[in-house]
Amino acid sequence: MLGGVFIILLLQLVGEAVQKYFDLTIPGPVIGLLLLLGLLLILRRLPRRPRALDAMRDDVIATSGHLLNHLSLLFVPIGVGVILHLPLLEDQLLAVFAVIILGTIATLVVTGVIFARLISRRDLNGGADD
Amino acid sequence: MTDAARLYEVWVYLQAEPLFWLTLTLGCYLLADGLYRAARLFPLLNPVAVTILLVSAVLVGFGIDYERYFNGAKFIHFLLGPATVALAVPIYTHWSTVRAARWPIMVAVLAGSFFAIAITWGLAVALGLEASTIKSLLPRSVTAPIAMGIADMIGGVPSLTAIITIATGITGAALGRFVLDMASIRSTAARGFALGLASHGIGTARAMAKDPKAGVFAAVAMGLSGVVTAMIISLIFHLLTVMI
Repeated sequence: MLGGVFIILLLQLVGEAVQKYFDLTIPGPVIGLLLLLGLLLILRRLPRRPRALDAMRDDVIATSGHLLNHLSLLFVPIGVGVILHLPLLEDQLLAVFAVIILGTIATLVVTGVIFARLISRRDLNGGADD
Repeated sequence: MTDAARLYEVWVYLQAEPLFWLTLTLGCYLLADGLYRAARLFPLLNPVAVTILLVSAVLVGFGIDYERYFNGAKFIHFLLGPATVALAVPIYTHWSTVRAARWPIMVAVLAGSFFAIAITWGLAVALGLEASTIKSLLPRSVTAPIAMGIADMIGGVPSLTAIITIATGITGAALGRFVLDMASIRSTAARGFALGLASHGIGTARAMAKDPKAGVFAAVAMGLSGVVTAMIISLIFHLLTVMI
C-alpha cells in the first residue's frame, strides 16, 4: 500500500514539475498518468526483471483500485464551491444551463454514434486494417 | 442553559476544525450512495449531485462560508491528482483492447472534441450570451484544470469555467445512461467513450462504477480530448487573431 502511494505521488510530482518547466496546457496529473502507463508497459516487456519490481507493480495496481473505487467522491469539495458560487452567473444562469444540458446531450449522442460505428466497422473487417 | 451553552461552545470549536467537514462530506456521500442503490441506480439521484446538494444545504443552513468548509474538504480534493495518475492502471490492464481500437479512438476524439466546441459556441451565440461568458463556456467538456487553463488563454473567466465544467460533468453523469439508451448506443466501449469525452472526470467516474471496460474508454477519451480541445481552441483563436 505505502509503496503504491509513494509511486503514484512521485509520478504526479514529476508530472507537475514537467508541466511547470515546459509551461504546458496539459495538467501535471495527466502527465503523471502517461508516465505511469509508460512505465507499466515497459515493465511488461522486460524479460528478466527483479521480483521487487513486480511486487511494486502489484502494489501500485492495488492502491489505484482503492483510489478509483470512489472517484466520484473526490469531486464533491469543488462541486460544493460551484453551488455556492452560482450567483456569479446572475441573469445569464438559465441560458448557461441550457447550453450545458443541450450541448452535453448532443455531444454524448454524436460521439457515441461515431465511436460505435467506427468500432463496429472494424469488427466486420475482422480488425485487420491495422 | 449551561448545557446548551457548553454544546454551543463545542460546536464553535468543531466547525473551525477540518475533522467536522471531512466527516460531513463522507457521511453525506455514504447517504447519497445508499439512496442511489436503494432507488436502483435512478439517474437523477446521481450520488455526486446529491452529496453536493446535501453538503451545500448544511453550509447554507448554518451560514458557513465555503473557505471554512474547503479547509476540511481539501484533504478529499487533494486525492483528485493521485486518482488521475491511477487511471493509468485500468488503461494498462485493458491495453490490448485500447491498442486494437487506436484509429477509431483518434478519429472519434478529434470529431467529438470539435463537435463539443462547435455546438457550445452555436448554442451560446443563439442564446445571446456575452462574449466573455461564451469564452468561458467553450472548453466546458474537458477536465477542470485543462478547461480553466484554456479559458484563461482565450480571455474567459476561469472561475466561471470551473462552475460550468463541473455542471457539465454532473449533467453527463446523471443523464448519460438515459441519453445513450435513447440513441440506442449499446456497445460498452462506445458508451464509456462518449461519457469520458462529453463529461470528463465525473462522466469517467460514472462509467468506471458501471463497468471497468466502459471506464477505460472513458479515461482514454477524457485524457485525449483534453489535449485535443486545448489544441483546437488555441488554433481557432490564433487563426482569428491572424485574420482580424
